[in-house]
Amino acid sequence: MNLLLALGAAFQAFCTYLGQLGELASETVRSVFAGRVRLGLTLQQISHIGFGSQMVVIVTGMFTGAVFTAQTFFQFARLNMESAVGPVISVAMCRELGPVLTGLMVAGRVGAAMSAELGTMKVTQQIDALRALAVHPVDYLVVPRALAMLVSVPLLVGECIFFGILASYLVATQVLGVGSSYFLMNMYKFTEAEDIFMGVIKGFIFAVIIVLISCREGLHARDGAVGVGRATTEAVVICSLAVLISNFFLTMFLNIFFPAGV
Amino acid sequence: MAAEPMIDVRDLVQRIGGQEILRGFSLPVMRGETLVLLGRSGGGKSVFLRHLIGLMKPISGRILVEGEDITGYSERQLEAVRRKVGMVFQDGALFDSMTVAENVAFPLRERGERDGAVVARKVNETLALVNMTGHEHKMPVNLSGGMRKRVALARAIVSPPEVILYDEPTAGLDPIVSDSINRLIRRMQRQLHVTSIVVTHDMVSCYHVADRVALLNAGRVYFYGTVEELKQSRDPVIRDFVDGRSDEAD
Repeated sequence: MNLLLALGAAFQAFCTYLGQLGELASETVRSVFAGRVRLGLTLQQISHIGFGSQMVVIVTGMFTGAVFTAQTFFQFARLNMESAVGPVISVAMCRELGPVLTGLMVAGRVGAAMSAELGTMKVTQQIDALRALAVHPVDYLVVPRALAMLVSVPLLVGECIFFGILASYLVATQVLGVGSSYFLMNMYKFTEAEDIFMGVIKGFIFAVIIVLISCREGLHARDGAVGVGRATTEAVVICSLAVLISNFFLTMFLNIFFPAGV
Repeated sequence: MAAEPMIDVRDLVQRIGGQEILRGFSLPVMRGETLVLLGRSGGGKSVFLRHLIGLMKPISGRILVEGEDITGYSERQLEAVRRKVGMVFQDGALFDSMTVAENVAFPLRERGERDGAVVARKVNETLALVNMTGHEHKMPVNLSGGMRKRVALARAIVSPPEVILYDEPTAGLDPIVSDSINRLIRRMQRQLHVTSIVVTHDMVSCYHVADRVALLNAGRVYFYGTVEELKQSRDPVIRDFVDGRSDEAD
């Protein structure tokens, strides 16, 4: 009985959480369509999110591409299929690794910063001060971050894919001895525009997931510094899990429109 | 015919964490007066203040601002009401990513003022009014408690409001800084002719600034009258508060 009650309470909390995310999303969309967009703040956020996250995304993409190439090469070499390394890496980077790694890195770097900043503003009454000054917190805090994420994350995904494949090419041809023309020819042959579309679409969706969860956590922070710490941790954990779980469903869904290997 | 109150609070009920903070709280505030709401710490004074601009929604009761019932207003509908009201938060609630000047300029910019020269002139004038000239480029973290409250007041009045709400304006300040804040509240009333509501438990501040006083006790208005009536009251609850007596033994 107690277990049932606990499960019921957890389910109710989950539904409430989804409801709060939905409410935040709807308020954000309405605010954008009502033209309450602060261009200066949006550009500032693009600089912070997009420009500021480049290094971490590039390094992550490059080393994942490099290590994935080495492992794939070691296994494929047993089957004399070394030249298939290029397409495997490029398709994997475009469809899965690029968007997921970018999503995880942005969740860690940007999601944490967003929830900490908004959480601190909440517990020090700065958000109440905004409201008291007749400024809606969604207009001033969430909309610029949401727009900046929608612009930045797909570009960061593209960057992660590009540098992942570049590192793969360098490791395969310069370290492992795969012929450059084999690598490139097979990569071009088996990588379609749909693979890149899929990565970019995932980037957009991960951007929405990360900004909504991080802002929701920040805007609901309470209990002072402890509460801000809790909100930040939860933002990173929930964003990371949401990226990984939604990635599976997105892959299955998007594969209907962009089937792999056809 | 008696004048209509500028703000009229009727039978407000609020519960926080299972505890009933306000139990049918009613209070009229007349236009142009400075009303001081006294009460013990944690008694619901700040909670009451937050209801006046919709930062909290009551469980029941009504809040009328210039005859308009704002109780059920949405966040967007409340924006028009909030433009008429300036609020000075207990700790200032200054935006810590902005300088003093940017904090004070914020309401002007948000209300559409794009001319940098006009913004700078108004910011300078307002900072001069609260004796904060020369601190324009400081960050809030580098200000003392009294200075933060002055800047918060400057931010509240830079786009002249009809009502100013002060949440514990002298709490945590030394007597001299408290006195300067009290004088500032009086000066705001003289120069801007605003209606002010001051929430405090500081009797010195109360005597200095009040036109009318209300005492909050057990979630309701226990006393409502002038400073003189408060001083002359023989009611034990009022006397204990005014004279600062607790019923605990040494």
